[in-house]
Amino acid sequence: MPVLEVKNLKKHFGDTKVLDDISFTLEKGSTLSIIGASGSGKTTLLRCLNFLETPDSGSIYVNNEKLFDADDKSTQKESEKRKKRLHFGLVFQSFNLFPQHNVLKNITLACELLAKDQKDYKQNKKEILAEIDKRAHELLDSVGLSDKLFSYPHQLSGGQQQRVAIARALALRPDILCFDEPTSALDPELTGEVLKVIKSLAERDTTMIIVTHEMQFAREVSDIVMFMDDGIVVEQGSPESVFCAPDEERTRRFLERYFEG
Amino acid sequence: MELFLDVTLHLLVGFAATFKLFLLTLIFSLPLGLIVSFGSMSSFFPVRWLVRIFVWMIRGTPLMLQLFVVFYGPGILWGTTIFSNREVAAVVAFVINYSCYFSEIYRSGIEGVPKGQNEAGHVLGMTKPQIFYHITLLQVVKRIVPPMTNEIMTLVKDTSLARIIAVVDIIFVAQRYITSSALIWPLFYSGVFYLLFCGVLTILFRALERKLRFFSV
Repeated sequence: MPVLEVKNLKKHFGDTKVLDDISFTLEKGSTLSIIGASGSGKTTLLRCLNFLETPDSGSIYVNNEKLFDADDKSTQKESEKRKKRLHFGLVFQSFNLFPQHNVLKNITLACELLAKDQKDYKQNKKEILAEIDKRAHELLDSVGLSDKLFSYPHQLSGGQQQRVAIARALALRPDILCFDEPTSALDPELTGEVLKVIKSLAERDTTMIIVTHEMQFAREVSDIVMFMDDGIVVEQGSPESVFCAPDEERTRRFLERYFEG
Repeated sequence: MELFLDVTLHLLVGFAATFKLFLLTLIFSLPLGLIVSFGSMSSFFPVRWLVRIFVWMIRGTPLMLQLFVVFYGPGILWGTTIFSNREVAAVVAFVINYSCYFSEIYRSGIEGVPKGQNEAGHVLGMTKPQIFYHITLLQVVKRIVPPMTNEIMTLVKDTSLARIIAVVDIIFVAQRYITSSALIWPLFYSGVFYLLFCGVLTILFRALERKLRFFSV
């Protein structure tokens, strides 16, 4: 059973068609990479999944639960959005860490706020907060930043900031973790440390969608690669088939341009 | 020496009135300015434009004129004596004027926070009030401290405008020495009070800026 099902997603900005009838499924524990030129709709697709944009039509299912259906207004209540977006995590191109909070607080803040909604929060406050704190320590350890707990974002390199952002997204235990060009804002010598973290997540069967321009990386880490152009899915398949023997002329041209470039 | 002490004491009484107008203006216009700034950023078109036109009118006319309008206006238009108390009229005019200036500082501060900060909060399941309180607010405060310092120092000196509707302040007191005793130096001496007060404010706001230096936006 797929963890994510996207059906006939469409999105316009003014007269521009950004997503044109996107459908795909994603199996639990697998990694999907989305490649394609700038403006092909990759980022918009991620933003739709994370409820940062509202699709014009189509539907989104997670674990068979209908999260969004453009034809069903009852799925678009502002009040329920909050719970629904927690199925997804998003790592931004520009990190977007909270500058006034230290590394530890960046990771625990959202968890602490959510915990306040739990019925037993008042009685078990101490235990709940200790649990959140413990998990944050573990996550920072897993991204190799346990020595930066009390640093502030501006004291970290871009690569370190992005690793904190990954830990922050993981802290809420999303079903699907999305990456929006996670290394595009980084100096070349810093991309490696971030890619290594993502790779280790893939090895631990985290369900992920990665929008990226790092072709070599996409090839190594993905179970499925999806090539988008002009708002449509041109082709998808195993990394070998898409990168080595693409069916579509458009995919071939894109990859040629890319590897020449 | 006795005269100097006498003048100092009288000027201090005048300065107390100046300080009162300053403080009351701040207490009311700091929060009111925030409400005005929300209005000028409202997604509801009529509210946004009404507020912006109002802010334009207040910022586009002299405060001195606004003092007259608040003091005499209601009486002329509706025959009410609602602001017949000079001090009340002065406070009302100052609060309206400074709310509009503050609102623009707030607006620049709020709009200066990158959109990504809001989006990060949303994606992490925070509500709008939580995002404002835990993420946006302190970043806004850090951004607006320098322009706020400027505006508040201007307010210290603007209070002397209230004399135009005969509200007693330190300059009012100092000027009386010219007519009563043919002394001009108390007027110049009154400047020292403004200087000292602004000096204290400068030190306070510097300290606040330093306190907020632990992060960078």
